[in-house]
Amino acid sequence: MKQVIKGNYAVSQGVKLCRVEVISAYPITPQTTIVEDLSEICARGEIDAKFIKVESEHSAMAAVAGSSSAGVRSFTATSGQGLLLMHEVLHWAAGARLPIVLANVNRAIGPGWNIWADQSDSLSQRDTGWVQIYCESNQEVLDSVIMAYRLAEKILLPVMLTYDAFFLSHTSEIVDIPEIEQVDTFLPPYNPEFKLDVDNPRMFGGMTGPDYYYEERYIIHKDALETLELYPKVCEEFKEKFSREYDICEEYQTDDAELIVVTAGTITSVTRIALDKLHEQGKKVGLMKIRMFRPLPVERWCKVLGNAAKVVVIDRNLTAGLGGVFANEIQAALYPLQNRPVIFPVIAGLGGRDVTPEDVENIINYALKNDQPTDIPLFWGLKE
Amino acid sequence: MQKLIDIPRELMTEEDLVQPGLLSCQGCGASLAMKLALKGLGERTVAVIPACCWTIIIGTYPYSALKVPVIHVLFETAAVSASGVRAAFDVRGEKDVVVMAWAGDGGTFDIGIQALSGAAERNDDILYVCYDNEAYMNTGIQRSGATPMGAWTTTTPAGAIKEESKKDIEKIMLAHGIPYVATASVAYPDDIVYKFKKARSIKGTKFIHILSPCPPGWRTDPGKSIQVTRMATQAKVFPIYEVENGRYTINIYPERQISVKEYIQPQGRFREMSDKMLNVAQERADQKWDDLVKMAEDS
Repeated sequence: MKQVIKGNYAVSQGVKLCRVEVISAYPITPQTTIVEDLSEICARGEIDAKFIKVESEHSAMAAVAGSSSAGVRSFTATSGQGLLLMHEVLHWAAGARLPIVLANVNRAIGPGWNIWADQSDSLSQRDTGWVQIYCESNQEVLDSVIMAYRLAEKILLPVMLTYDAFFLSHTSEIVDIPEIEQVDTFLPPYNPEFKLDVDNPRMFGGMTGPDYYYEERYIIHKDALETLELYPKVCEEFKEKFSREYDICEEYQTDDAELIVVTAGTITSVTRIALDKLHEQGKKVGLMKIRMFRPLPVERWCKVLGNAAKVVVIDRNLTAGLGGVFANEIQAALYPLQNRPVIFPVIAGLGGRDVTPEDVENIINYALKNDQPTDIPLFWGLKE
Repeated sequence: MQKLIDIPRELMTEEDLVQPGLLSCQGCGASLAMKLALKGLGERTVAVIPACCWTIIIGTYPYSALKVPVIHVLFETAAVSASGVRAAFDVRGEKDVVVMAWAGDGGTFDIGIQALSGAAERNDDILYVCYDNEAYMNTGIQRSGATPMGAWTTTTPAGAIKEESKKDIEKIMLAHGIPYVATASVAYPDDIVYKFKKARSIKGTKFIHILSPCPPGWRTDPGKSIQVTRMATQAKVFPIYEVENGRYTINIYPERQISVKEYIQPQGRFREMSDKMLNVAQERADQKWDDLVKMAEDS
């Protein structure tokens, strides 16, 4: 059924369709309406879930780590500072191999206080062992929740899906909401082999010395890499059931493109508009939208970007003293190639500053005009 | 004068859910506390253990000393991790399983108090146990909010011994209006078993605070752990009582009464405690006992 809903409601609808059994979350702008909507969904009895209304994000993550360890499907949502507060438990959840799904509304990090779109929050969690999926539309948000559980419960790693504050969280779009019975055929009930069980007592997460710890970590890494093989299959099955197509990354007009723009989140939509205009002018420019960022799809990125002469990476995030995270990791991923494209790292739209199609058009024209970047990174739209 | 709680002796012959081979120090109170707690709870129990001495005591991967399922959790998350496990067992329809958070004093009085307060405010159906050895003993004797006034620790060293009093954690927990708050001591084993049996039957948040001696940290003879710990109750420094739905009961009226000075005498950690501090401690112990007696009489 098609409805016009905001991004945050796409999340809560997704959670409902996945028959999540334990929810724990703490309100933070701009995630709050997810918490409110899930509270109402639970209160109305639309899903049979326990909602633990905790006193912090750190506790929210710890609560779902607890419930997931006992073998039930668990969900949490947060944003910005809340995600940072969860940091310690994010590592723990991944290390414990818990298939938790977390929706993060990308919000800038203070100070000064800023509630607007910026991907620094989730990108600063890139080493926690979580799978990360970046979304561009409300439909993609809903579908990504459903696919996230399918993936997480297969690979036994937690999945974070993430989307821009306000540009999606509070913006209404048409979303095709599948029937719950249809989702049931795609997502079977979660019943893990290992869980807290009084009839079969086991110990989880105990002291692990140098003799075992190393291999445990290696196995997590190996399984994380397997995600890169598994996710396209999940997407393929999703397409068969729901007729919507997703992948590890998305390509737009990349065939024969001399220049490829790389984006994640809603700047992608803006870039599509800019590209259409540039195509009319006969310019061979394409787009690679990052969806999965952890594990890092090195081979895929090399395949998509390897034949372009130039790659423009637009980062709505900043690591002070380094630049944009996406640009940095793309540079690292492409380094083994014999003929590497020239990379133009661009920072834009931090703290929710608007990035328009004209901005992206001008950024692309700048890269087309120059053989090499003038600034690494280029801070686009910086006020004097 | 009331003697020990009248506990059926067969209780003590119930299966031991703590197996031999614990990695604890000699004279460790925390190890004994777990053995007694599980005797009261039985095997349909899940233990949720944050960073604390028991992280080590239980054994390292792939061994566990407990015959019940155990989940190790982050230091400050004992209570809320238990809340999460509780929710899952409720979803699974296993409402009879007791979810027990088992934390030290640092994990309870200090770093874990936010999550504990949250769980208590929600009255989540968990049993929260603080085994209290009165300092961060696992990291090697650093002061915590449970360390008593006058105690030496490595962070309240000679010349700068702890001047602040121990937090009254029972009052903090009682202020949440939870159905059951109790103190216990490894010097009174029957009482521990009785309290855990009782806690098993109560819905909502239960809080049991067990005084657990630590010979390396208290600078005491490991062979005299029980004797030294019993003196805490005899000196009214650590009264044994329970509060069920607001009703106070003093479970142990000490068989002999001693002064705080006598209590601290065998403990090397109090070597530098001044007479002035001792007087304050004595006054507080007397006051606390008098208050308790009054509360018990009024209940």
